[in-house]
Amino acid sequence: MTKINFLKPNNKNLNLFLGLGSLFFILSIVDFSLNNFLGKNITFFLPRYINFFSPLIFGIIGLHFIRIEFSGIKKLDILNKNINTSNLNATLSLFIIFLLIFCIPPLLNWFIFDANISGNTKEACTGSGACWVYIKVWFNRFMYGMYPNTEQWRVNLSFAIVLAFAGAGFFMPSKYRKYLTLYYTIFLPIISFFLIYYLISGGSFGLVWVETGAWGGLSLTFIVSFFCLIFCFPIGMMLALGRRSDLPTIKYSSLGFIEFWRGVPLITVLFMSAVMFPMFLPDGVYMDKLIRVIIAITLFEAAYVAEVIRGGLQALPRGQYDAAKSLGMGYWKLHLLVILPQALKLVIPGIANTFLALVKDTPLIFVVGLLELTGMLGLAKTNPEWLGFSMEGYVFAAIIFWIICYSMSRYSQNLELKYKTDR
Amino acid sequence: MSEKIIEMQNVNKWFDDFHVLKDINLDVKLKQKIVVCGPSGSGKSTLIRCINRLEEHQKGNIIVDGVELSENTKNIEKIRAEVGMVFQQFNLFPHLSILDNCTLAPIWVKKMGKKDAEDLAMKQLEQVQIGDQSQKFPGQLSGGQQQRCAIARALCMKPKIMLFDEPTSALDPEMIKEVLDAMVNLAKGGMTMIVVTHEMGFAKEVADEVIFMDEGLIVEKQPTKDFFANPKNDRTKLFLSQIL
Repeated sequence: MTKINFLKPNNKNLNLFLGLGSLFFILSIVDFSLNNFLGKNITFFLPRYINFFSPLIFGIIGLHFIRIEFSGIKKLDILNKNINTSNLNATLSLFIIFLLIFCIPPLLNWFIFDANISGNTKEACTGSGACWVYIKVWFNRFMYGMYPNTEQWRVNLSFAIVLAFAGAGFFMPSKYRKYLTLYYTIFLPIISFFLIYYLISGGSFGLVWVETGAWGGLSLTFIVSFFCLIFCFPIGMMLALGRRSDLPTIKYSSLGFIEFWRGVPLITVLFMSAVMFPMFLPDGVYMDKLIRVIIAITLFEAAYVAEVIRGGLQALPRGQYDAAKSLGMGYWKLHLLVILPQALKLVIPGIANTFLALVKDTPLIFVVGLLELTGMLGLAKTNPEWLGFSMEGYVFAAIIFWIICYSMSRYSQNLELKYKTDR
Repeated sequence: MSEKIIEMQNVNKWFDDFHVLKDINLDVKLKQKIVVCGPSGSGKSTLIRCINRLEEHQKGNIIVDGVELSENTKNIEKIRAEVGMVFQQFNLFPHLSILDNCTLAPIWVKKMGKKDAEDLAMKQLEQVQIGDQSQKFPGQLSGGQQQRCAIARALCMKPKIMLFDEPTSALDPEMIKEVLDAMVNLAKGGMTMIVVTHEMGFAKEVADEVIFMDEGLIVEKQPTKDFFANPKNDRTKLFLSQIL
């Protein structure tokens, strides 16, 4: 029998190494868990310095034994290839495993095991975890703001109709497919505007008028984001083209516009829209603050979109322009048929980035007194009956925003794949 | 064979301070085939890019098919629709299929019906032997196939003149032949052609006249046979001795 080289595990003594490795690895995990949760130290007999690092040392030894090349066990090979290629890699993997053991149980406790969800009052929250009762009680406010409870069906109906129209685009017969862009960029916004004007705002057809100050919560987040997203894109596109124009007036006015809006913080823009803008309007003319806010955010984000799109325009080789020109295309045909389709495809990640930022900028509209989701949280946490639950509120808002943004992000990745035709 | 389709009179062009084209005089008659050669940086490409005004000239006149090239955008677009161009880097539109590449300009610039445009495009693609590739995207084709598609795309506009700007320089040696074959066929069909190329074999086979350019000047302009048999200028002799 040959001597076993413990420094170089190989597949001749597969079972021995696997057994030793697993033993050390499990020992490491058990040691860490006991230290962490029960305050027991199974390696107390070792010197203090070694004692402290013992889970790590056991883990590294364990992973070292497991690291067998061509072991013949498929799962083990995959494991080695992914988290255990070298000692450094093994150490990092161990740190991550320890971190997960350290974090997940307390989080689970807070979210689920120690949390309270039944009941309707603050007193129902007896556990040490989250008080979801708070979210439950305030849920309606978080969704609709101060919109009267009896009228909330109007908001729901409007959203359902817009969703239905948006979804209808996917089932459009291929004959009309070329009008899809027009449908989404012109028809849908108009429909949504009328819905908002007549259904959500009301005041005619026997519907009670609800002023925009009472709108709020997540539905307001959606309204503001939706209109800003839809409008800032075409404006940004025009600005991007304008900035590259040969005509000095167009070029420098676009440049000035972009640099102005990129240079000021959104919060000041919103302040100005609320305070200064009405001063410039003639007497008797009144523009609703929601509209003002939407215009402000739209122009602000359009400047960013413009620069993102310009990046895409610049990435296209000059030959594309030459080819389109040599076929007799004028400025608009060249851009709409050849340049923009390619440039926009290139900047999908950048546009998605800007759009996500836009959605997450909407909470700033609290400065003009409009309270969307996070604004309502701010209001709710100052309610004397429900003091001290801001944590649950913000976690709730974070989850909601994450869901919105993650869906948008996934959608943009789908678009990228869908339009990937070359290379 | 006498009607002049392109007239260039004392054409001068500068890139900032650099004098690219110096007093170029060139007449091209209908159905004439002209090959332009010369060392790199001699202004060959700039010369033919001036003909459809991808580059602007600063002095002199260029008259294409009776229309003088000027700042007037409508004129330029009209001329460009009549002058096809094939580039060194193919410059196909990567976001469109081969067929759409060919039908895009006929449909949007010439206002041709979609069906007619597709029939025409298929005919042209068959002509350059890539009819079976029509549904693919440019990125899926070899260089030679892409360049032949570029030729078909230009031909779909039914141009009176075809300009070729080093059409084979970016190709593997094996693919050069298939592109040159397509160009020879085109020449035999009676197209007016101006070709910037280093393929002297092609020049000998097809060209009526060969022009040699150096440092922005037309150094030598002779009928093909004379150009190769007894070049007059020393610079031309040197160039030919290196390239042949």
